[in-house]
Amino acid sequence: MIQIGGTRVVMEEQSVNERVKNFRSVPFGYNAEEAIAEAQRCIQCIHGPCEKLCPVHMDIKAMIREIVAGNFKKAFFIAKKDNAIPAITGRVCPQEEQCEGVCPFSLTCNGINIGKLEAFVADWAMNNGVKEGFHIEEKPEKVAVIGSGPAGISCAVDLRKYGYKVTMFEALHKAGGVLQYGIPAFRLPKDIVDYEISYLTEVGVEVKLNHIVGQNIMFNELRKKFGAVFIGTGAGAPQFLGIEGERLKGLYSANEFLFRTNLMKAYKFPEYDTPIVCGNTIGVIGAGNVAMDVARCAIRLGAKDVYILYRRTKKEAPARDEELQHAIEEKLKFIELVNPTRVLGNEDGWVTGIELLKMKLGEPDKSGRPRPIKIEGSEFTMKLDTVVEALGSKPNRLFLDQTPELETTRWGTFKVDENLMTNIEGVVAGGDAIRGNATVILALGDGRKAAESIHNYILRRRK
Amino acid sequence: MIHKIIDKKDLCPGNYLIEVEASNVAQRFQPGQFVIIRIDEKGERIPLTVADFNTQKGTITLIFQVVGKSTKQLGILNVGDVVLDCVGPLGNPSEIKKFGRVICVGGGTGIACIYPLIRALADTGNEVISVIGARTASLLILENEITALGSRTCVATDDGSKGHHGFVTDVLMNLLDEYRNSGGVDRVIAIGPPVMMKAVADITKPRQIKTIVSLNSVMLDGTGMCGSCRVFIDGEMKLACIDGPEFDAHKVNFEDLISRLEMFKEKESEAINYYSSKAGVKK
Ligand SMILES: Cc1cc2nc3c(=O)[nH]c(=O)nc-3n(C[C@H](O)[C@H](O)[C@H](O)COP(=O)(O)OP(=O)(O)OC[C@H]3O[C@@H](n4cnc5c(N)ncnc54)[C@H](O)[C@@H]3O)c2cc1C
Ligand SMILES: Cc1cc2nc3c(=O)[nH]c(=O)nc-3n(C[C@H](O)[C@H](O)[C@H](O)COP(=O)(O)OP(=O)(O)OC[C@H]3O[C@@H](n4cnc5c(N)ncnc54)[C@H](O)[C@@H]3O)c2cc1C
Ligand code: SF4
Ligand code: SF4
Ligand code: FES
Repeated sequence: MIQIGGTRVVMEEQSVNERVKNFRSVPFGYNAEEAIAEAQRCIQCIHGPCEKLCPVHMDIKAMIREIVAGNFKKAFFIAKKDNAIPAITGRVCPQEEQCEGVCPFSLTCNGINIGKLEAFVADWAMNNGVKEGFHIEEKPEKVAVIGSGPAGISCAVDLRKYGYKVTMFEALHKAGGVLQYGIPAFRLPKDIVDYEISYLTEVGVEVKLNHIVGQNIMFNELRKKFGAVFIGTGAGAPQFLGIEGERLKGLYSANEFLFRTNLMKAYKFPEYDTPIVCGNTIGVIGAGNVAMDVARCAIRLGAKDVYILYRRTKKEAPARDEELQHAIEEKLKFIELVNPTRVLGNEDGWVTGIELLKMKLGEPDKSGRPRPIKIEGSEFTMKLDTVVEALGSKPNRLFLDQTPELETTRWGTFKVDENLMTNIEGVVAGGDAIRGNATVILALGDGRKAAESIHNYILRRRK
Repeated sequence: MIHKIIDKKDLCPGNYLIEVEASNVAQRFQPGQFVIIRIDEKGERIPLTVADFNTQKGTITLIFQVVGKSTKQLGILNVGDVVLDCVGPLGNPSEIKKFGRVICVGGGTGIACIYPLIRALADTGNEVISVIGARTASLLILENEITALGSRTCVATDDGSKGHHGFVTDVLMNLLDEYRNSGGVDRVIAIGPPVMMKAVADITKPRQIKTIVSLNSVMLDGTGMCGSCRVFIDGEMKLACIDGPEFDAHKVNFEDLISRLEMFKEKESEAINYYSSKAGVKK
């Protein structure tokens, strides 16, 4: 039955009661029939507004047409042409603000579920062993890629397509950046991340783990050994509020909480060695994707009451719609319009609660969201045994300190020109390292653009 | 990358020395730095100080005390076995220059951490006095190696089974008195259990002798990305892994350090119990 417009083909999911006990993917993903039915809703708008709003301008319409025709292989290649990791972006893109947000159907009901269709074709390809084979004409130049997050991955793959020899340096023992250590498995299953990483080595990228540029391998060394360098070091340094009580046991940065849980698999403790202490009552400061991820991990680690402590209201929360909705279903409690002023503790140095100041909403600020204003004298306290600060993070301080020759902005991100070139010729940067906390797809787009920029740079140098 | 163990010694009960292949670390190591190792796929990342290195062989020496699951597992490994990850050198190198007269205080396994420093300071022309201590004589490590460096070496044991009967801090106090009228002491460096480092700081602070300690807060990534290792220096939050591990002892908040080291205590006993029952090894 061809169903134009209409309502979205429902995405089957693990039931709430079941999923809060495990770290498996919440949505099951479309099967072939469901994908085709959802794709059939698309009316192939002439100007393809969805494609314009996709930061990498995927050929969404063409991909959807092939899905409708059951040509999943072709659909996969179309997706893959502009996007090195469709299985991942399909799951984590803030689609409601991008491709799906401008779909005409999103006005009346839900837009076409482009993200899930994209994930479907990519999963189909993975399960059927279909890979994008490309012919590489080897070139002599060597390029170093620092960081293995989405920016580094897409840059490295594209550089290989141009024919350059690529060596990727990653500080941690696993590649993937935030995809690996930040975003939890129930949102982004780790076999999918591992699959994309294995693809990197398959196309001939040499991945060097446990190499921290600026610490155990020097940036200048890379500049000497490689014809060009891409910096995709992300924004991994945690931010703390700087309030009283941050020394207490039971207080974490979101990074530490997610690192332990995801990268080190603390949810499988003691089978895995790394511990995490997550109390019964936990407060998460912030309301972005990071905060939702922490909160939903906490529920799965056994916390009974999980509070999101946010300066504004749910309406202004920056998290993806799907995440917010899942979080609310999983019984997270929102405490809106509050700002932490102090973390409270006992004599043994453990967190016992938090002091919060009430806020009200004022005029919109630069971000277009109403500015939270303090209500003086409105402090109140709440009992908590774990507090996690999910305030966003800053570019890696270690790397910045070790490369004073690279120009940075006020926010500690790298300064780049329109070709993503830093002040040093042949050194290009992208992703969170130049944007602060952004998104997977923007990092991916940067990686692609950076590869092109490096290619042009090398060609110029050859002359 | 895997790292093969090419030598292993039982130093004393519960203390082992292993020599591990890690040429990247060996080539770049400077005294004061550490590595983070992960034994296997399910392992945690644990920091260990590099006690010695051999550039030619591309190996480093680690000395560790069995205190929990990971160190126990590491102690069971033999020559020919491997550890999955060994990343480093991490942290800032110690400041090594000619200070004059330096007293190096090492307690317990901290002796292993201070050993490369003693050597480097002596090589730079300092007059180094080493004060090393342990609970009992049989737990005292590296005494011969340190004495062989030719500097004055004083020993203390809690039970008096060797050297001074008491703490290294008693010895330190006596030395400071002894040298008071002969040029004094230019710097003190202390590495060992936090209570020991705190006691050293309490002695040298009123005497205004610059004192350096190496902080062993709980680490995870070791690259400044998690904040787990945060310590408080003059009220300011610092990350031991990238801002340290060495800090001015007179500015360190030791109470917080000691308290935070207990954060995972319950889990740590759960881990060792699970491991012991599963591996069938005795506790
Ligand atoms: C918990 C969480 C949830 C998120 N959820 C979403 C979401 O749902 N949707 C979305 O679009 N975005 C989300 N984001 C944001 C998104 O993940 C980032 O914008 C994106 O990963 C940035 O990619 P990147 O490649 O620039 O950096 P990263 O992914 O941060 O990767 C950088 C890599 O560089 C390595 N590195 C750093 N310094 C060095 C060095 N000196 N030497 C060697 N390696 C180094 C790091 O270890 C890391 O692996 C989320 C972020 C977090 C933290
Ligand atoms: C920079 C630095 C250098 C170190 N050098 C040495 C060394 O040369 N030799 C040595 O024997 N020990 C050293 N340590 C301590 C060593 O890391 C811990 O003993 C080890 O992690 C304990 O692991 P476990 O599983 O055996 O014990 P667990 O049962 O997990 O822990 C026992 C105790 O060790 C400490 N600890 C646990 N996990 C960590 C961690 N990830 N980071 C730091 N401390 C932890 C805590 O105080 C804990 O209570 C160093 C620590 C740091 C931070
Ligand atoms: S990459 Fe993201 S924005 Fe682009 S089509 Fe896919 S889900 Fe939409
Ligand atoms: S905007 Fe929606 S309906 Fe229009 S082409 Fe894109 S997906 Fe199809
Ligand atoms: S160990 Fe993570 S910041 Fe130091």
